[in-house]
Amino acid sequence: MAAVRLDGVVKTYADGTTAVNGLDLDIADGEFMVLVGPSGCGKTTALRMVAGLETITAGRVTIGERTVNDVPSRDRDIAMVFQSYALYPHLSVYDNIAFGLKLKKIPKAQIDERVRGAAKILDLEAFLERKPRALSGGQRQRVAMGRAIVRQPAAFLMDEPLSNLDAKLRVQMRAEIAKLQQSLATTTLYVTHDQVEAMTMGHRVAVMRRGELQQVDAPQVLYDHPDNLFVAGFIGSPAMNLLEGTLERDGDGLVAVAGGQRLALDRELVRSRRALPSFVGRPLIVGIRPESIEDAAIAGDGARSRLRGEVLLRESLGSEVMVHLAIDAKQAVTDEVRELAQDAGGEAPGAAEQKAIVVGRFNARSRVATGATARAVVDTRSMHFFDPQTGLGIYDADAANSKELNRS
Amino acid sequence: MAARIANATRKLPVHLVLIFVAVLWMVPTLGLLLTSLMPADIIGSEGWWNLVSEPSKAAFENYDKLFDNNELTTALWVTVQVAVGNTVILVIVAALAGYAFAWLEFPGRDILFVVVIALLVVPLQVALIPIFSLYNTTGLFDTALGLMLFHVAFGMPFAIFLLRNFFVGIPKDILESARIDGASEMRIFFKLVLPLGLPAIASLAIFQFLWTWNDLIVALTFGRDTQPITVAIFSQLRQFGTNIELIAPASFVSLAIPLIVFLAFQRYFVQGLLAGSVK
Repeated sequence: MAAVRLDGVVKTYADGTTAVNGLDLDIADGEFMVLVGPSGCGKTTALRMVAGLETITAGRVTIGERTVNDVPSRDRDIAMVFQSYALYPHLSVYDNIAFGLKLKKIPKAQIDERVRGAAKILDLEAFLERKPRALSGGQRQRVAMGRAIVRQPAAFLMDEPLSNLDAKLRVQMRAEIAKLQQSLATTTLYVTHDQVEAMTMGHRVAVMRRGELQQVDAPQVLYDHPDNLFVAGFIGSPAMNLLEGTLERDGDGLVAVAGGQRLALDRELVRSRRALPSFVGRPLIVGIRPESIEDAAIAGDGARSRLRGEVLLRESLGSEVMVHLAIDAKQAVTDEVRELAQDAGGEAPGAAEQKAIVVGRFNARSRVATGATARAVVDTRSMHFFDPQTGLGIYDADAANSKELNRS
Repeated sequence: MAARIANATRKLPVHLVLIFVAVLWMVPTLGLLLTSLMPADIIGSEGWWNLVSEPSKAAFENYDKLFDNNELTTALWVTVQVAVGNTVILVIVAALAGYAFAWLEFPGRDILFVVVIALLVVPLQVALIPIFSLYNTTGLFDTALGLMLFHVAFGMPFAIFLLRNFFVGIPKDILESARIDGASEMRIFFKLVLPLGLPAIASLAIFQFLWTWNDLIVALTFGRDTQPITVAIFSQLRQFGTNIELIAPASFVSLAIPLIVFLAFQRYFVQGLLAGSVK
């Protein structure tokens, strides 16, 4: 087991495109690090450079004490789980799992012990003699895991290992892999485009965009204090509502104005984000998480921070209701928003659109009906603000200082 | 049940036509087999179809004579050597080359592969004379090795082409996974590429084996005393036109062996070995 370190790693292909640009990442010994981002953001390329399957254009990759830039894959002491599982089709499950051990010339008895041990952990004992083609998707996935764990490597590398499974199995395997990693305490670098996987599995999550690292932190920190618009929009489902707005002074407090909506900001929030007052009178982007929006009929008070709009859609999830409101405001449309919308398979709203759609996570008892006008209360204690110029989150005048504050 | 009968009835005309064509195709082979079973004294006076009505006339004396005939058994042995030997050499070299062209990165790889493909268009006949003089000076003329090497050389472009294209189809993840598991390129070749490429390798081997087993022109050009069975049968025809009781069994043996080889290996044509490795 070992720490894995990426130091200014760059990957430029022969045709001049740069897939990874100056990636710095420190993965502690035993840590579960998730690399997440939309497709094409360079996360898989980064992983493959750690695996030694891609050459490193610049920078340094260190596994343990050793710089491995020029070390071939087979000598890096790592194990990888592929999206396709990459099982050896002509070998039985047993031989698939034992493959790496046989190459290391480990005594037969010991191989047998380790393979059977792994099979027991992964519930594969009944399938050891079968060929991969006779297994279900979930079983194949477990064989791929087994092949990795018997090696007892310095680090696990996983490239979207769950994306070929159906939704239910994915949730189950997600928990199993997290549990397994916890008990083995092997350093793990896990690549996914699914932010739910990232949030639920990672000790820390690294968000990437266009080959560059956006933010690395614990899942909850990413969620509560996204460094920039991209992270804010990427983490969380449904995504954060982003509106164009301005700040106004109202007595000794601040009010965020977005189209016809006025939201009086929580004083505590204003105090903790010391850079906010400097944005008074300037455009900014207001971010509101769906769970910060509640049916006014249920939340009761909060008359000073309300949204009013027509209910376009009501999705009842049993435990809660997702309500899509068309409000009089402008959706914030930036590069980041467009890119995220594209990745989600949709299209960003046009800039000319005068109505913005916000999604609220209402209590299940909410009686709002489709087509009717609804009032919603915004919990202004957990609102987010971004500078439309830079896309950076507005927290504190001093960026380094704000980081410290965020964590405490 | 009724549906099945209806279905079978509907397809009956097609089946009848197919059976008819199949039988028609088998007539010459069957004729050859029956001719080879006719004793020498009646072979000139009676047609092979008489044997169908009077099976008692059949005898194996022709085959006894064939296996006593030194010239023909020697020729058979030469054919076996050449056909098996050149196929083995070809498969080994072409598999190594195919793997390199498919999965190893080296400068000039793509250009070199185009050159190999271009060699496909060179007809065998243009090489007969130059190779003849080359063999004469190197002492390969009139040897089984000479015949083998010629077949290997002319089978190589197609063999590399076939295997390279098949190997390229092996999912890259499998090879990368093996590399991470600690396998060297050699080990990947022997443990993964060869077993996974078996359908292609078997097809190639069968094609090459059949092709060289039946070769006449190469053997006629580069052999004088080293005669494969095709040349031996051919010279029998020339010398004694009536020598049919020897030619018929020899031809049948020459035909039966590749047939057996084909039937033995045809299951490897069936693919699906890759199913299940990658979803």
